[in-house]
This record gives sequence, C-alpha cells and structure tokens, in this order.
Amino acid sequence: MNKLKLLTSAMAFSAAAGLSGGAFADPDEDQLTINGEIEIVTETAAPEHLEYVDTIYSGWRFRSDETQAVQMDDFDNPGMIFVEAAMETWDTVEGTEGKSCASCHNDVETMAGVRAVYPKYVEAAGEVRTLEHQINGCREERMGAEPYKYTSGDMVAMVGLISMVSRGLPVNVQIDGPAQSTWEKGKEIYYTRYGQLELSCANCHEDNYGNMIRADHLSQGQINGFPTYRLKNTKLNSVHARFKGCVRDTMAHTFKPGGPEFTALELYVASRGNGLSVEGPSVRN
Amino acid sequence: MAKGVKPRVKVPKSASAGEAITIKTLISHKMESGQRKDDDGNVIPRSIINRFTCDFNGENVIDVTLEPAISTNPYFQFDATVPEAGDFKFTWYDDDGSVYEETKSIAVG
Repeated sequence: MNKLKLLTSAMAFSAAAGLSGGAFADPDEDQLTINGEIEIVTETAAPEHLEYVDTIYSGWRFRSDETQAVQMDDFDNPGMIFVEAAMETWDTVEGTEGKSCASCHNDVETMAGVRAVYPKYVEAAGEVRTLEHQINGCREERMGAEPYKYTSGDMVAMVGLISMVSRGLPVNVQIDGPAQSTWEKGKEIYYTRYGQLELSCANCHEDNYGNMIRADHLSQGQINGFPTYRLKNTKLNSVHARFKGCVRDTMAHTFKPGGPEFTALELYVASRGNGLSVEGPSVRN
Repeated sequence: MAKGVKPRVKVPKSASAGEAITIKTLISHKMESGQRKDDDGNVIPRSIINRFTCDFNGENVIDVTLEPAISTNPYFQFDATVPEAGDFKFTWYDDDGSVYEETKSIAVG
C-alpha cells in the first residue's frame, strides 16, 4: 500500500519535472520516532541559502525498512554499544590534571544542544572548530591527556555520546559572522569537481539524490545523523571519515580528516541540514 | 581473553499469565572467526561466543550453538511464553572459558 502510494507520487514528480524515469527511488514516506518518544524531523523546508533544493531529507528516509527499524530502538541500534563505552570514558580520569570529562561538564546530559551547533566559530581559538577539535582541546588543555586520533574509535564514540543527548533538537549551525569565510570555503569545496571521475559533492547529493549509483541509493548526503553506525563496517563512522571515503571514490587524493578543508566542508554540509533533527548515532548501510 | 564483552537484555517488566513476550539480547563481542590473518601472515586465533542459553525458572527456553560465521556483537530476538512470575536467566559461553550471565525478573499480573 505504502509502496503503491510512493510509486504514484514518484511518477507524478517525474512527470511534473519532465524527467525520464529514475525518480522511482525517491525518499520514502516513513516517520522516525526513536524509542517511541524522540520525534525526529527527517523532512523539512530547505534553509534559505540553498539555491537548488527545496526540501531536505535525512539519509534515514533513503534506507530500507529493515535498516530504518534498527535505528528506531536504542536496544537494536548497534551504535549504542560504542556510546555506552564512551559513557564510561566520560567518568574516567585521564591525564596529568586528574580530571575526567565529568569533572567539568558533570552529567553528559548537560551537553544537550551542543552537537546541533557544531562546527562553530570558537572565539578562543580564532577559527571554526568541530566537536572533535573541541574534545581534543579539552583532553590536551584541561585534562593534560593525549589527544585522540581524529577518526579513531575512542573519538567517534565520544562524539556519538555527545550527539545522543541532542537527538531530536534541530541542527542549527551559524553560517554568518565570523564563520562566514569558512562556510564559503566549504561551499566552494562542495561544488568543486575532484578526482579522475571529476565529481563534486553536488553531482551526486544535489543533482541525483534518490537515484541509484550502481547498487547504492543516493541520499542528500546530510550529516545530521553522524556519527553513523554502518552495517558495512560494523562501527561508528565520523563525518570526516565519510568525506574521505566519498572523495576517494572519485579517485582523488583526499583531504586530511581534521584538516581545514574538511572542517570547512563539514560546516557547509551541516548548514545544508539546518532544520533537520540531530539523529546520531544513526544506522545506515 | 576477549575484551569489552558486555551482555545486555531487554525483557518486559510484567506480562499476563500465558502471554508470549518478545525478548531481545545482545552481547558485545568481536567474534574473531579464526579464518583471518594479521599483517605478518599469522592466523588470528578464533575467539567467539560458542553457545547461548536462556532458562526460565530452571526450565530451558532456548539453547543456541554459535559458529564462526556469526558476525560481531551477536543479537538474538525470540518469543517466550510466561506461565508464571519468575526469572529469566541468560548465559553466554566464550571460547576462552568465560561465562557471562544476566538475570531478569518478570512479574505476572
């Protein structure tokens, strides 16, 4: 029944837009509620700065019913295994200062809303920083501990924990003021073709979302669900690791995870999802 | 010795007598198959959960043999009929001899 409705609306869409098929696999009509209580916005009007997209969708809407179901209950969500480990880390004292995360931040619930506004311009640093940068900033400057590697398991689990307490809140990264130049740099990267295949982010995730790229169903490439537990590698994946995978697939030399290029790109891509709910840790294929 | 092993179970707190309830279990475990080699070409020894059981008030509900092809963090979901109030006892057996146990009580009414 659902499928039939979807098919009809998809055909109406392709007729209206004058496309010759291919719109068959547009986002589905499912609604996401986690644990029966956290309502997640997976579809909303695009933020004003988007010129070529009217409606933004969470990647959840492009996945199969089976994969979607895994994210609807925290017990079923394998990403929570990593989040639980991070919860222990939160209270673990490390480094020369004898502090844990909890020493300054108390309960992790106090971090609610933080994921939603990162990356953001940090006055003290004089630059746009990601959540990962901030975590390492805390570890090095306040705890006197070794920094995590940018895309390491410990790091992505901690980001997962901090994301989890913001689930359901709307992504709302700042793109003007001191963040503007970084945002513009990110936008330029988004629309630049890289690699031997000469593909930009936009070629797949703006021009062709909903279509199949061989066996993969292209989403809009939203990052509101990160970190993401991927069924293909059975672990949580960070935004920059995913960027790296995408750029590599264009057969290009990638930028460095944690570097200024991917940080700018993360800010821009996050801003394309302003209005969607924070979903991390999400489940994708 | 497998590291980071943690069992977890989801059982409803109460049920009506004779009701079939859904039980979900998951144990975090790397489930190393014994088929892989490390960077130096040496076989990484097998380390898996090889058996999982669930008992209700001493009576067996399910008894599963796990093989190396089962992937990391094995998850089981099954239904059980609850005739009376009591305890579900879950047991996982590791290749290294470790036994992990978890108990959940359920009320009837």
